Amino acid sequence: MQSRIRVFLLITAFMLSSTFAIAEEKAGKAAATGENTEVIQQDPVIQPEVTRREVKQADIETENFEIGVFVGLLSIEDFGTNPVYGVSLDYHITEDLFVQGRVGYSEAGTTSFERLGGGLTLLTNRDFLYYNVSLGYNLLPGEAFLSRDSAYNTSLYLIIGAGNTEFNDDNFFTINWGAGYAVTVSDWFAVHMDFRDHMFDINVTGQDKTSHNFEATLDLTFYF
Amino acid sequence: MRKCLTSLLLLISSLSVCSICSAEQEHHFVKVADPYIEMHTGAGRGYPIFYVAARGEWVNLIYRKTDWFFVRTEDGKEGWVSAAQLSMTLNPSGERVDIRDPNEKDFVVRDWEYGATVGDFEGLSVITFYGGYHFTENISNEIIISKASGPVSSKTILSLLNIIHEPFPEWTVSPFVTLGTGWLQTEPKSTLATARDRTDQYANIGFGGRMHLTKRFLLRAECKYYTVFTSRDDNEEITECKAGFGFFF
Repeated sequence: MQSRIRVFLLITAFMLSSTFAIAEEKAGKAAATGENTEVIQQDPVIQPEVTRREVKQADIETENFEIGVFVGLLSIEDFGTNPVYGVSLDYHITEDLFVQGRVGYSEAGTTSFERLGGGLTLLTNRDFLYYNVSLGYNLLPGEAFLSRDSAYNTSLYLIIGAGNTEFNDDNFFTINWGAGYAVTVSDWFAVHMDFRDHMFDINVTGQDKTSHNFEATLDLTFYF
Repeated sequence: MRKCLTSLLLLISSLSVCSICSAEQEHHFVKVADPYIEMHTGAGRGYPIFYVAARGEWVNLIYRKTDWFFVRTEDGKEGWVSAAQLSMTLNPSGERVDIRDPNEKDFVVRDWEYGATVGDFEGLSVITFYGGYHFTENISNEIIISKASGPVSSKTILSLLNIIHEPFPEWTVSPFVTLGTGWLQTEPKSTLATARDRTDQYANIGFGGRMHLTKRFLLRAECKYYTVFTSRDDNEEITECKAGFGFFF
């Protein structure tokens, strides 16, 4: 029994001593940190007069993206010329090359056959929705002089791309190509006039053919 | 659809207006170290030089468009300076300004990649949009959405799992192998009106290559072999080959 009590006392003593040791160590560390803090908080001998700021590439704002809205006219082959509107996003890779994603919506009109046919209809769905990705090239950059004191940077660009057209509840692989004229009005705003042909194979009128759908739009774009 | 597009238009226009409001002009002054730097009237090599800032002058870098910086001198002259000329200017500490474009090394350690490809999908024309994340230099996963259409049917392909392994990412043309799975929806042309839409799961293997072209721009070409697990007696085998471009960030 005595030996058990001895062992118990020894263990208790050991635990107490180690607890005190840890506590002392912590206190010591805290004291040391306190001293350091005091040292740091002392006033520096020389006060810097200016804070110099290094120019880092990442800090400079870039304006390589251009987001836009457009309205215009789309001539849907066999189905008349109708208003078209949509959105676009450009990424300028170099001063010459850019990539553009574009989504546009229009609604097909009626053919003369449908108008004269008395209720006959060729289409199940008249929505015309296209989306595409295109590569553009600034062929003729230049300046336009509106008056004696105002000059605007301009560019005539060529553009070609591929995408999909949803029309008459079907999907059509579509090639688009064309040209446009961009006028940079201010450092964040530009106006484009854009002319394109959207080409796809269709047989809605009973014969297989390549349909050419010409589009002319006015785009308002914002650099960011 | 029209409502969707209208709300998208509104959202985009409000976003762009906000980005304009928040564009604050900070000061990034650099000192001309060459005998002079040329300021052009536009962000392009052909625009006329209307002013030269001489050695020792300080210019403020306002913003950048492709390879051109819009700068303002201390006496208020504003113009465009090429990145090549600006890399010859000095920081306030006297060191050269570090202006560098993304290069092959950044291409190897890229995190995100987005792009579009076009090609042939077993006789149909296909356009694909993809976005991928690189876990390591060698392993990445891509999310893919494709639209293929032809005279008989059109197909939509959606895949969330396309593991890509690039064994030699540092090569000029970096080859890769890919393994993926997803869903293939087939819609017969409405003019045929005989078969119904169907959606099947597929698995594919493929190979291809990517090449860094310039800055953040890359070219890409690939071929894939699909096995479509149809509900019919036989699985459908499809070969797809396509090429396109992408960006990395």
